[in-house]
Amino acid sequence: MQWLNTILQGILLGGLYAMFAAGLSLIFGVMRLVNIAHGDLIVLAAYIALVTVQALGVNPLVALIIVVPAMAGIGYALQRGLLNRTLGDDLLPPLLVTFGLSVIIQNGLLELFTADSVKLNAGAIEIASIQLGGGLAVGTLPLLQFGLAVAVIGGLQWLFYRTALGRAFRATSDDQSVAQLMGLNNAHIFGLAMAISLAVVAVAGVLLAVRANFDPSIGPARLIFGFEAVIIGGLGSLWGTLVGGIILGVAQAIGAQLDPGWNLLAGHLAFLLVLALKPEGLFPKVQG
Amino acid sequence: MTMPILSLQKISKRFGAVVVADGIDLTLGEGEALGVIGPNGAGKTTLFGIITGTVAPDSGRVLFAGEDVTRAAPERRCRMGIARSFQIPQPFGGMTVFENLVVAAAFGGGKRERDVYPRCAELLDQCGLADKANRRAGSLALLDRKRLELARALATEPRVLLLDEVAGGLIEHETAALVALVKDVRARGVSIIWIEHIVHALIAAVDRLVVLHGGALIAEGLPAEVIRRPQVAEIYMGIEADA
Repeated sequence: MQWLNTILQGILLGGLYAMFAAGLSLIFGVMRLVNIAHGDLIVLAAYIALVTVQALGVNPLVALIIVVPAMAGIGYALQRGLLNRTLGDDLLPPLLVTFGLSVIIQNGLLELFTADSVKLNAGAIEIASIQLGGGLAVGTLPLLQFGLAVAVIGGLQWLFYRTALGRAFRATSDDQSVAQLMGLNNAHIFGLAMAISLAVVAVAGVLLAVRANFDPSIGPARLIFGFEAVIIGGLGSLWGTLVGGIILGVAQAIGAQLDPGWNLLAGHLAFLLVLALKPEGLFPKVQG
Repeated sequence: MTMPILSLQKISKRFGAVVVADGIDLTLGEGEALGVIGPNGAGKTTLFGIITGTVAPDSGRVLFAGEDVTRAAPERRCRMGIARSFQIPQPFGGMTVFENLVVAAAFGGGKRERDVYPRCAELLDQCGLADKANRRAGSLALLDRKRLELARALATEPRVLLLDEVAGGLIEHETAALVALVKDVRARGVSIIWIEHIVHALIAAVDRLVVLHGGALIAEGLPAEVIRRPQVAEIYMGIEADA
């Protein structure tokens, strides 16, 4: 029963990792940009939520109403103002620039908020749980977090395959120069992709901040979890990313159950195992 | 000639030591169909790049509907009404055939998706792709890719359509069907520039023919007359034999 509980907690945690990963995957898919600052942007979103909560005295989950559009706006401006200039045939410039951005965000947050770890308090919902019988219970908050993750992934899937913007994303992803000849303004499309990516980051950041303590330095580790979930699931597959997040979450939970120090190690081992056995990931996208 | 919809003024372009356009002056009348022939490497495809905005000329101007578009971005020119097809088809491979058209029609035509569905379905029919609407474009065979290339260019609702060797690889009755399609497009008021090695197909569809050689126009006039000129025949004997 204890193991069943462990796996269940791992699955729910996996939803959060899938959200870390979804934004990363979207950006790479649309414009082949590997965003090294992704983890730090998650932390930035958490701090924006912190400021919002302190200023308005609202519940962190309500603060999403402000944090999500704010991060989307930052994403669009960042892409149009900075990242579009780094895109080209060479993959290195966007890597270097987002790495620099990561350093700037971390140090900026350190300057503003110090290295003390903080946490957002979501109130009674944090300790609420649902009894599943047989001594098994799930927390309402982890369940909500997982539900949001599924909704976000489902929403992105719908956006990609059922809307004009999604088709524009896919066309641009297929061939940027032909897409331009079909009337698509790539600079704007990329801006929107980054806006959506950071909107997802905002949700992930707030949930992270409610779940555990955070400080300005934890971004890069979230980036790694995101990368691992994307690779396990297979590049370009959104539902695969969700499964990737779950596998990572479950592996970490099982590792922690065996020995508290094995938490991260088990996750990385699961990742390496998938990479060794199925380098293209579990659900690779069919290539055009 | 009627009012020009497109004109190139003293367009020059070189790639390193290779001159691909050497002071080209060319106009396309509203509703006109213009054929372009010339040996490989004459600069024909580069000319399309210059007109659509993917290749910047070293000097000279491109005017479209009276407006200087020399520095306009490709997507803007597309929305203004310039569309091209590629010699080697470049569909959005991961999307369905229908989606390829919908993207082009919605963004190139500046319309809402639901408003372009009927037109896209009509184009599929016209270009012989109706039974492959939901196939992934990347899985199409060459002939269907060529059809899609043309259909997608038409979906942007161009005023000027640039065709780059669309007849290459087609068998006789397919070529005849293509000529009929091009004539039909033109009858709807679309102006056309058609680069083609299959000269007999070209002559059947265009009003005027220009010959490009070494980045310069060396002949221009009525198709049947131009093709008989000695210097054109000399360049062209080899090419017609390949085709």
